[in-house]
Amino acid sequence: MKKLITLLFFLVLALPAVASAEKPVLMMSTTTSTDNTGLLDVLKPAFEAETGIELRWTAVGTGKALAMGQNCDVDVLLVHAPASEKKFVEEGFGVDRTQLMYNDFVIVGPAADPAKVKGMSVGDALKKIAHTATPFCSRGDNSGTHKKELSLWKSSGMAVPEKDAWYIQTGQGMLPTINVANEKNAYTMTDRGTFIKYEASHNGNPPMVILVEGDGVLFNQYSAMAVNPKNCPNAKFDLAKKYIDWMASPATQKRIGEFSLMGKQLFTPNAGK
Amino acid sequence: MDFILEGIYRAFLLLFGGHEETWSAVYATVAVSSMSIVATVLLGAPLGFLLGYCRFPGRRVVRLIVDTLLSFPTVVIGLIVYGFISRSGPLGEFGLLFTLQGIAVGQVLLGLPVVVAMVANAVENADDRLQYTLLTLGADSSQLLRATLWEVRYHVMLATVAAYGRIVSEVGISMMVGGNIKWHTRTITTAIALETGKGEFAMGVALGLVLLVIAFGVNISVSGLKRRVGR
Repeated sequence: MKKLITLLFFLVLALPAVASAEKPVLMMSTTTSTDNTGLLDVLKPAFEAETGIELRWTAVGTGKALAMGQNCDVDVLLVHAPASEKKFVEEGFGVDRTQLMYNDFVIVGPAADPAKVKGMSVGDALKKIAHTATPFCSRGDNSGTHKKELSLWKSSGMAVPEKDAWYIQTGQGMLPTINVANEKNAYTMTDRGTFIKYEASHNGNPPMVILVEGDGVLFNQYSAMAVNPKNCPNAKFDLAKKYIDWMASPATQKRIGEFSLMGKQLFTPNAGK
Repeated sequence: MDFILEGIYRAFLLLFGGHEETWSAVYATVAVSSMSIVATVLLGAPLGFLLGYCRFPGRRVVRLIVDTLLSFPTVVIGLIVYGFISRSGPLGEFGLLFTLQGIAVGQVLLGLPVVVAMVANAVENADDRLQYTLLTLGADSSQLLRATLWEVRYHVMLATVAAYGRIVSEVGISMMVGGNIKWHTRTITTAIALETGKGEFAMGVALGLVLLVIAFGVNISVSGLKRRVGR
């Protein structure tokens, strides 16, 4: 008994030592889309091999990712809500905002298309969904996608249907929200990258399909930012800067463009444009 | 329903096929829960003894608080710990956020009331004569503590298992404080939450089975230990 306790005790003491003897660690907060699609898993080994920096990330909505940057809990951010990002920089929380890549948002729904919105413009489609009170799932989590969706309701000339019974706020990531929409026979808005991942996990034959796409307002820009060292003296600014430069470098941009699932490209690189 | 069968099949593949991601989550789970349970018992057993043994003013209030803490929601603990160990929080300089040690801090807070309450109960209900006998034999207070804890060892063990059950299955603290970082702080429970969220139910079931195996293993070894100690 005594031996066992001693053994356990030393095991516990040894743990932090195992964990700490490593290369420098860069902590990033990012959106659920870059993580769920698997893009970061593809880029991580190359980044670590080329720079010797270990990248760790936590995948949350853009709103929370920004809050983590503001609290100095991370060193670098990879997000997609340009308006909020600019505000973040203006308020002195972030620096070196760099555009990296884009894709677009799409409105997806059940293949049967209960509100008959297929091929409509975004504004008309949202109005039709609202007038027919067809269920619509919103992230409701202050993420980049959620912010975009809110702006689309407004640009369609409607108030956000916050309290309507057909408007379902999941408060979860993108893939969970698509799955909720599927269960509820509802529409939802997603970025194309995540949707291709969703299609791939259903072997290319998912119950939810793209119904509205190609509208100019659906553009989806991803950018990286370093946490401002003036606001967070402990943040690893030099590592963050290296990461941003690495992401914007021609070789990495090429990798981003080549990342595909089922033969479909998920992100289009556009650093320096 | 298919995904349950598929999950059972996949659990075997993950465990015996040496799936790296799963083993990393298993390691994280075992590492963090061992750290937490050891600290919980080392802190909780003496505290429980004091609470059950000493008579002091306000003791009833303390008991009431400890009993209330038994049902402290894990997400609230996660939130509080996050606030304290965030780099902008009072304990930020230790860099505990997004580490297994950070999760352990939260889990100790989760397990502590269980151990304290159960040990206090056991000490209260222990035979009074033990204490008098020890005192007449000239025991000092630390000997008294150890002898009494030894006397109620079954209850301490029971408390350990109960606390371990709470610690190993919690997801709120691990998710908030650990950040669900792949290869580092992704435990089995947060991996299940992630996979289920992604619609990968079979993978969720598989990981759930892995967690069950761990819990089962711990209980078997504890009951084995109990038999050995009982002899």
